[in-house]
Amino acid sequence: MHHVRNRGSFLLSKNMSSNTKDKKLTGKGFDPTRRNFLGAMAAAAGVTLAPGVVLYGISRSSTAQAMASSEVRWGMLIDLARCDNGCDDCVSACAKENGLHGFDRPETDAQWIRKVDIKNPQTGNSQSLPVMCQHCEAPPCVDVCPTGASFKRADGIVLVNKHTCIGCRYCMMACPYKARSFVHEVLEDQKSYAPRGKGTVESCTLCVHRIDNKQQPACVEACSDTGGGAMLFGDLNDPDSEISQRVAKYASQQIRADLGLNPGIRYRNL
Amino acid sequence: MRPRRGFIGILTLVLISISGLTGVVHAGPDNANSLRPIIPKGLGDACVEDTDFMRRNHMELLKHQRDETTLKGVRNKQYSLTECLSCHAVNGSDAIPVTVSDPKHFCRSCHDYAAVNIDCFQCHASRPEPGELSAK
Repeated sequence: MHHVRNRGSFLLSKNMSSNTKDKKLTGKGFDPTRRNFLGAMAAAAGVTLAPGVVLYGISRSSTAQAMASSEVRWGMLIDLARCDNGCDDCVSACAKENGLHGFDRPETDAQWIRKVDIKNPQTGNSQSLPVMCQHCEAPPCVDVCPTGASFKRADGIVLVNKHTCIGCRYCMMACPYKARSFVHEVLEDQKSYAPRGKGTVESCTLCVHRIDNKQQPACVEACSDTGGGAMLFGDLNDPDSEISQRVAKYASQQIRADLGLNPGIRYRNL
Repeated sequence: MRPRRGFIGILTLVLISISGLTGVVHAGPDNANSLRPIIPKGLGDACVEDTDFMRRNHMELLKHQRDETTLKGVRNKQYSLTECLSCHAVNGSDAIPVTVSDPKHFCRSCHDYAAVNIDCFQCHASRPEPGELSAK
């Protein structure tokens, strides 16, 4: 009988996850009974397999962490009455958090969030609003991506999988918010949690690494610490969350709502 | 006549090649060792798996973890590239971990030897940030 090692077989666990359509698979490891079953199967397979074939056991998942859930829809409510024209704390916090730095080429330098100044020519009233990836429910960038690299996570965050991005920039063309940037230069010493590289497209990730660790996006944190406290981040699907209650109580707008993309970023007093 | 001459010719060839070979073998050990990769030891007590297993399968672990993290947001530390890099950081002469541009870099030392060209570090940092090392 061949020795069955009690450690991760990604092949086996991959098959498991693709075979199971169980919606309760929350990422906190696999169902123990299923594990036992497959463990027994693996042991049995170990007996019958040809000599020299090492069959690995079942994935160690005791340290597994929850995965992004479709029960959540992350969103943001930005109150422009509290957003100062001259303040760009969110922009600098984003750059610091994600290790963005310019090459003195403003037209192509990475820009995940920017302050857009708007003015009503009839009244002269001017406003300044932070604009980043709007994390649409129906993102055009995902529609046009030829490799599937541009994708929407289960919790509504729109991301670029740079492992499969070929840098064609269709998504940049498709985005009505001009939210995406292309990396033109060779980069070094990126942040470990925000990998970025030449030849791939990137945009606001809603600080997905922070969200996965139950923290708020860097821009929201900076806005409440040193800015006007204009940004509110939360789960739009949870009726008890502060953001859900505020969007229910007060009128809010999405930019280019006419496109019907249902962005997760909403603005108040626009 | 002909076959014998041929035989002598082959014998000479064999003798020459044997002497050549022994020459190489004699000069061998030092050269061979210097060509082998110098694999720096990790900082921790033990790797996340046996060394043998890691040598053969680290790429599969990393690839699996990469998809789990990017697509599903599962951020296990066990097989994460960041954890590999912080444990296997190699300090340069300035006591700062070297990047992959240095041949002493943990990943590079083997991949150079095996002639495997990886593109992980076109996007990922190839060394831990100063804060990350001291935190461990």
